[in-house]
Order: sequence, then C-alpha cells, then structure tokens
Amino acid sequence: MKKAFGRFYLVLIFAFLYAPVLTLIVFSFNDSRSRGNWGGFTLKWYSALFRDRHVLSSLYYTLTIALLSALIATVAGTAAAIGIHNMKKILKSFVMNLTYLPVISPDIVTGISLMILFVFVRLNLGFTTLLLAHITFNIPYVILSVLPKLKQLNKHMYEAALDLGAKPLYAFFRVILPEIMPGVVTGFLLAFTLSLDDFIISFFTTGSGVSTLSITIYSMARLGINPKINALSTLMFIVVLALLLIVNKRSSANSKNGTAVMNI
Amino acid sequence: MSKHIIELVDLVKDYDGTEALKGINLYIRQNEFITFLGPSGCGKTTTLRLIGGFEKPTSGKIIFEGVDITDMPPYKRKVNTVFQKYALFPHMNVFENIAFGLRIKKTDKKVISEKVSRMLKLVNLEGFEKRSVDSLSGGQQQRVAIARALVNEPEVLLLDEPLGALDLKLRKEMQLELKRMQQQLGITFIYVTHDQEEALTMSDTIVVMQNGTIQQIGTPEDIYNEPKNAFVADFIGESNIIDGVMLRDYRVRFAGHEFDCVDKGFGINEDVDVVIRPEDIRLVPRDESPLQGTVKSVIFKGVHYEMQVDDHNGYGWIVHSTSMEPENTDVGLQISPQDIQIMKKVSAI
Repeated sequence: MKKAFGRFYLVLIFAFLYAPVLTLIVFSFNDSRSRGNWGGFTLKWYSALFRDRHVLSSLYYTLTIALLSALIATVAGTAAAIGIHNMKKILKSFVMNLTYLPVISPDIVTGISLMILFVFVRLNLGFTTLLLAHITFNIPYVILSVLPKLKQLNKHMYEAALDLGAKPLYAFFRVILPEIMPGVVTGFLLAFTLSLDDFIISFFTTGSGVSTLSITIYSMARLGINPKINALSTLMFIVVLALLLIVNKRSSANSKNGTAVMNI
Repeated sequence: MSKHIIELVDLVKDYDGTEALKGINLYIRQNEFITFLGPSGCGKTTTLRLIGGFEKPTSGKIIFEGVDITDMPPYKRKVNTVFQKYALFPHMNVFENIAFGLRIKKTDKKVISEKVSRMLKLVNLEGFEKRSVDSLSGGQQQRVAIARALVNEPEVLLLDEPLGALDLKLRKEMQLELKRMQQQLGITFIYVTHDQEEALTMSDTIVVMQNGTIQQIGTPEDIYNEPKNAFVADFIGESNIIDGVMLRDYRVRFAGHEFDCVDKGFGINEDVDVVIRPEDIRLVPRDESPLQGTVKSVIFKGVHYEMQVDDHNGYGWIVHSTSMEPENTDVGLQISPQDIQIMKKVSAI
C-alpha cells in the first residue's frame, strides 16, 4: 500500500514537471493551427522552420556564439583553474567565492549589469557584446569542472616532468593537460549547453539584427501564436537535454575514475 | 677522497616568515650515498627540493661541479628525482614513462628502446613495457619511477622518502636493491628519510637534521656510536638521556651517583647530557651496583626484552636484555665507563 502510494506520488511529480514539455512536443506535430484541437500528425511546422530565414539566421548565431564562447571560456577557465589551484589558501577561498558569485546571482542581474557595462565602455550592442557576455557567464562553470581534476592530480607530477627535462609549456601539454582533459571537455560541453540555453542575458546584451534562437522564439511568441514555435522549442529542448545527459554521464564517470585513483 | 659534486653554502629557506632551513653548509662527494635524516619538518625534504630546483632558496648558494646553479631551472639540472608518491604519468604506459626524458632529448628511437629495456632489467621489470602504470603494485610503480629517473643517466639521483608507502618486507628488499643499484651505476644518491634504520642500512654518510639545522654529519657508525648531542642520540635508536654534572675529566655525576667515564675536556662542574644506550645497561643483583631500581614493566620485543627500571629519583631507565627480570624485582644497574656518553647541553632546541 505504502509502496503503491510512493509510486503514484512519483508519477504525479514527473507528470507535473514534464506535462508542459510533453504538450509542447505533441503539439509541434499538430496539423491544426489551434492549440486546443488535434488535427492530425504533420511535420509541416518543422519544414516551415527550416525555410524561415529569420529562424535560420538565429540558429547560425546561436551555434556560433555557443561554440566560440564555449571554446574561449574553456581556454580561459582552464588557465584560471590552474592559477586558482596554485594559490595560497586564503587567496584561493576568496577567488573561489568570486567565482561562485556569477553562478548564483540571478541571470537578470548579470544581463543588465553586463549591458550597462557595455554601454558605459561604448561598445555597440551586437555580436561582440553577446559573445563577451556568454564567455563571461561560461567561465565559472569551466573553472568548477576543471578544479576537481586538478585536485586529483599528484602534486609532484608537474615537477617530475620538469625534472626529466621538460620545459614548463611542454610539461603542461604533455603531462598535465591529458590528466585534466575529462574535466576540460565536461567544462566545454557545459559551457556550450548553457550558452544554447540562455535567454535572459542574451536578451540584454545583444543588439538589433543579432538574435539567438531563444530570443527569436520570444519575439515570435509576442507577435502571436505560431506552431513553428512549438517545433523550434522542441528541437532546442531535445538538443539541450542530449547535451546535459552527456555532461552528466561524463561527470559521473569522472568521479568514478577519481575514486579509483584515490584507492591506489 | 673523491671530489665534491655538490656544495650547499649558507642555504636559508623561508616560508612566509617561518624558517625551514637556517643556513645549511654541506658538501656531497661524488659517488656517495648520502642520507638526510630527521623528523618531519626538519628541513630534509626542503633541502632536497632546493637541490632539485623545485624551489629557490631565500639566500645562499648551491654549487654543482663548481658552477653556481642556484637560479637554474630544474629541467636544466643534471640531477633526477624519485618522488615520494612516485608521480608517474598515468596516461602513459611503463615504456612511455621511462622514455619521457629521452624523448625530450630527441634521442634516436632505437637507442630509446635499448636504454628503456636496460633500465627495466636493472629494476627487475622486464616485459612490463606495455603495462599501464595503474595496473602495477606500489613496489612496481616505485621501480618504474626509479627507472624513469635513472635512464637519463643523472650524475646525482635525489630520492624523497621513496620507500615510505611500501610494507616493511618490501621496504627492506628495496633498501638493499637501491644500494646495489647505486654501487653498480657508481652515481651519487641523495636520500631523504625519517627512518633511522633505513638510513643506517644504506648510507655512506648520514646528515641528521632538526629544525632546519644540521645536527651531525658522519658515517652510520659514527652517528650511532658517537652521537654529538642528545637529539641525535635519541633520534638514532632509543637512548636513556639524563642530566649530569661533569665533576672533572673522566668523572661524571648523574642519578645521584658518581661514575667513571672516558670523556674529558668539559669545564669543572659543567652541566651535561648523559646518554646511555638501553643495550649497554646490564641488570645485576641489587647489591652489586650503586645504581639501583625496580623493574616496572617488561615487554617482549622478539630478539630482546625491553624493561623499564625506575631508580630512586623516579627516572625510568630503558634496558634491553636477552634475559628478563620479572616486574617489581629490585635490581642493580651496571654501566661500563666506555658506554657512558657525555654530551654538551644543547641550548634552545
């Protein structure tokens, strides 16, 4: 009895969480324009989507921004993580708190403050500012996924490489980087996903002519209900879900490896 | 005697205001097996890291074959290091780990594989080339670390407590093996350990350190038989250390009695430390010695018994003997004059 109730409760929670998304996905295949009635199965909204120049251009911007910002944030974040890792204790905890701050502060605060900053330094809002904003909010996530890998490293490994004749850069690329690579890749995927996913910060930091998919959806929705939105949202949901699944799988595999290393 | 390969001159190392090394002066001879011995925090590892180039001294100089290398980065120094927890490269197999240094020097491929297999033979790991380092036991990883350092044919090998993580039996085997390798290769080994037995077994020279200073330098026999002060005596094997007064040459007073001894050159009535090894005290019937006490505890240690005998002043003498006196027996403690070691008081340790 207790068990049955537990099951029921679980189903209820999942229904509550996923019903909206499920409705969205189902209606993206609806032949009728109405949101209430089922008019038969169709893929026409998907094909219309790929003929819409506005949507295609925002897809291009979304992917470009996600890829570029993730790449740059990965390089900058990995370098920052190594710096933080080698700091003295007090400075380290100070910088770590600074790192967490953007993660926990509301997107709208980050978005507006970045916009004000860009306007203040007279940067024209557009592709560059959008890219800078994405790099900014991505860096902490890269740091946070690389740092645990650095902590697992044998602290003498770098010295051992130097000792055997490696110059610092060679030692980093040949010895340290291969060891922390899983964390770096996870950081990259996470940054890419978050960049795809973002609406609020993009909304405040982009200019006319440059919009990401989420901004396009928002503006389409304001003009009136168009089932293309359902199709586009479904695609985004699936891509982000897939990426998150990959990131989670990697992180749990990493932590398993981590414990295995600790046990030796 | 052979030439000095390394000289340390007034080496000082300061970590945020705490002095880890307080002016180390030392020379190391070519081909010797020298051990830095001391409790943790004594500065032995710091000294080794300065020689390896992983840290810079606050002041002082390091001379290598007559050249000042104080500011030379580690990758240019002709020394190699075996680290405490091996620090092998986990993403490379055994062969690649050992070949790492040779590849940097752009050694010919054939030469690399020859040298690596020669090294694997030296450390008894033939046929392990393709194994991943994670699949090896602690002892095997240790051997790979040694091979990885030695394949570069360093003039000096630095070893930072390399056997600390191994079990006792394996450690004893590796001690002998390291000694064999050192003699076979004829290179200088600088070894860091806190294990006095290990130091006594392997070394040509032992440097006893404490609080960032050198307490004594000497052969294992010197250090054991003629400890320079109470700290060294206590650290190298167990010792009874009590306060005494030097009455005149060859005559000392401690534990409420006067004894003959073989030391001289102290001031009249100078306060001294008297050090007596537990195996140098014989238990005799109580009337045969002026120094008497009561057996308080007996512990069987395998080769000998360890007994604590309290004298009338309340000092607990540690006595090692192959025969045992039961607890609460009143006994006499007999000590020969040559076994009484007199040491100057060390001020402010």
